Amino acid sequence: MSPVLELTGITKRFGTLLANDGIDLTLGRGEVLALLGENGAGKTTLMSILFGHYVADAGTVRAFGQVLPPGDPKAAIAAGIGMVHQHFTLASNLSVLDNVTIGTEPLSAWRSRRGAARRRLVELAERFGLPVDPDRRVGELSVGERQRVEILKSLYRDARILILDEPTAVLTPQESERLFSTLRGMARQGLSLIFISHKLHEVVAHADRVAVLRGGRLVAERPAAGASRAELAELMVGRRVVHASRVPLEPGGSLLRLDGVRVEAGGRRLLDDIALDLREREVLGIVGVAGNGQDALSRLFAGTAPQPTGRIELLGRPVARLDHDALAEAGLAHIPEDRHHEGVVGDLRLYENAVLERIRDRRFSRLGLLRRQAALDHAAGLIRMFDIRGAEPTTRTRLLSGGNMQKLILGRNLVEQPRLIVASQPTRGLDEGAVAEIHRRLLEARGNGAGVLLISEDLDEIFRLADRVQVIFKGRLSAPLPIEAASEARLGLMMAGEDGDAPRAA
Amino acid sequence: MRLERRERTPPLLLVAAPMAAIVTALVLCSLLIGLAGAPVLAAYATLFQEALGSRLGITETLTRATPLILTGLGAAVAFRARFWNIGLEGQFYLGAIAVAALGSADWGLPPALLVPLLLLAGALAGALFLLGPALLKLRLGVDEVVTTLLLNFVAILLVSLLIEGPMKDPLAFGWPQSVPVTEAGLLPQLLARTRLHLGFALALLAALAIAFLNARTVFGLSARAVGLGTPAARHAGIPVGRVLLLTAMLSGALAGLAGAVEVTGLKGYVTTDLSPGFGTAGVIVAMLASLNPLGVVPAAIFVAAVFVGADAMARAHGVPSFIADVIVATALLTMLVALFLTEYRVRR
Repeated sequence: MSPVLELTGITKRFGTLLANDGIDLTLGRGEVLALLGENGAGKTTLMSILFGHYVADAGTVRAFGQVLPPGDPKAAIAAGIGMVHQHFTLASNLSVLDNVTIGTEPLSAWRSRRGAARRRLVELAERFGLPVDPDRRVGELSVGERQRVEILKSLYRDARILILDEPTAVLTPQESERLFSTLRGMARQGLSLIFISHKLHEVVAHADRVAVLRGGRLVAERPAAGASRAELAELMVGRRVVHASRVPLEPGGSLLRLDGVRVEAGGRRLLDDIALDLREREVLGIVGVAGNGQDALSRLFAGTAPQPTGRIELLGRPVARLDHDALAEAGLAHIPEDRHHEGVVGDLRLYENAVLERIRDRRFSRLGLLRRQAALDHAAGLIRMFDIRGAEPTTRTRLLSGGNMQKLILGRNLVEQPRLIVASQPTRGLDEGAVAEIHRRLLEARGNGAGVLLISEDLDEIFRLADRVQVIFKGRLSAPLPIEAASEARLGLMMAGEDGDAPRAA
Repeated sequence: MRLERRERTPPLLLVAAPMAAIVTALVLCSLLIGLAGAPVLAAYATLFQEALGSRLGITETLTRATPLILTGLGAAVAFRARFWNIGLEGQFYLGAIAVAALGSADWGLPPALLVPLLLLAGALAGALFLLGPALLKLRLGVDEVVTTLLLNFVAILLVSLLIEGPMKDPLAFGWPQSVPVTEAGLLPQLLARTRLHLGFALALLAALAIAFLNARTVFGLSARAVGLGTPAARHAGIPVGRVLLLTAMLSGALAGLAGAVEVTGLKGYVTTDLSPGFGTAGVIVAMLASLNPLGVVPAAIFVAAVFVGADAMARAHGVPSFIADVIVATALLTMLVALFLTEYRVRR
């Protein structure tokens, strides 16, 4: 079988960083190839070179035997390569049909041939099992439907090779299953597919072949059938990753209780009738598809949100307002979702960020004067205790990697031994090693008696850490489920707004 | 060609970049001097000889640099917290006129008491003049660039009104100038037979004080955190509004102090041409110093030297003295490029 796509010796440097180092990769007709790797392993760079967004320093791309001119996305499209980006590139005020046909008709055309275009779109949708209504506005579609439109856009342009960048990042488990069965059907009809992922289970379950990238190099290729997840994880990270395991603990008294809590902003109800009860020595997971009110919920505990209505109890006492002082007094640590934006000031030095939240504390200032040495010592302690790598107290904070930055944010909170931790997406975008470390720290805090409210879109994370789980959908929370009673299928249904009470097979 | 952010900036580059920027600016401006028909090297020689080549020249340059250091600090303080105070000129005039109003009366106080009180009054006047724009920005989100810029004209017209009217000096042969500050209210000279006054030492002290404030106090760290990352500062519990308000007050106070020092140290009274653009030049000085309070001092001296020397160059070689403005403006542009290149590198 001659390959439809052949990458040879692709090398790309960004400054001192070797993003791709002599990568050879082929793709056969009708094959589903998974590109597995951590953030920064070079997956997206490689695909961007293939699609002509970047020019490689060395190496060639061949599609159907022809060498593609470097740096020319149009040539890539003409050669039959289609790309579905992680962040969709659709115009939400246009119809599905307009989005698919836009750019395919010459501007000088006498009239738009919409009738033919519609027939072709409907025919493609049917053939590949991608049902959409051509006349709906894209803005009204669900995320899963938008993704179908993106795929159809590529198919409409006669793509024979389809590249999908982290296609399941925004989908519920059921939507992901459905996507993969669609992709499988497309492969059976002769299309070739590459999907980028860092989720081991979907790679093993749905690919024909797995290529593992690490540090810009292709470190392994395996047939997916029979590949072990443990081995792939080790190949991806470069060492064995030991995940902390959750031991059952008897939860203690209530730390945080919300009842009938509502948040409105700009006439929109962001949170509606929220009820939850977080106790000592437990992790309460809040899971949901992005954009269902997680942000508003997390913000409640940052001290920067509009004040909610409803009953709130902190440490068993009713509180009127969730402002910064009340939260600090209760010993609440908040790990914001966006660490670059809210977690740290990137252009300050590490030691300054280490003490910024407690700058008025007598340990770090006296009579308005900074105790610089105390702050430096404190930062050095955090670096040691929380294994923040490649940094000194005076390092500019934005030079830290995501994982090390998160260790700093978590560390400066945990060292104060908070009774309550609200963590929003604490491991998003981090590599496996850092994820394991953050998870270990959160479980350790739980073991020391803290309660953790874990807001996450990552089901693996929820199953690994949470004692109980509540699903957030359109600003409302489900009743809590013990994690033992929650299956991926059941949570997935609830995340899609369906009744998860009657367990069904997915 | 692409730009990439540097991971680390070599220390040598940090020193070399401003030097290279100023040399580049002088080279670029030599084209204009050449176009004006003057010998370039001789013209520059005259400029620097006049500004820095004699005891008198040096003291004149430092005298000129005094208000520039203070307005430069005012801009640096505000810009560091991302509060764009473009109204330094107006605050300068408010400080000056407040000093003239209070200092012309005989309070019967010794100079050691009266002078500090007058300077304080000038600083306070400058700060209060910025209070309105600061509150408008914090409460209603009104753009402070517009309000502070426009208040400059209000300040000048107010001064004009006062020195043509109630504060007009009856002994000035009808010239529009304010009543003078009494002898007891004037700053002492630093050097005999020069115009250099104690205000220069005060300006240096102010630079040191602001540098200390920035680096070593809770307020300084809070202001930097607000300027470099407002959402993160808010998340960390820093009272962003209060920090911005105090920063604005400090900025206005420094500009007002500049006006007060210029009156009590040099002129003794207020006219509408008291400032040849010390406020706007303060913005340039702050940018030349990349908002570093200690860097403001050499930056102000450079700008002052160009202005002092340009007059002599104009007389000796027939180059229009506006060349001073061009040199300073070009230096600002080259400095911005140089600072950019310390953060980024150019790659093909």
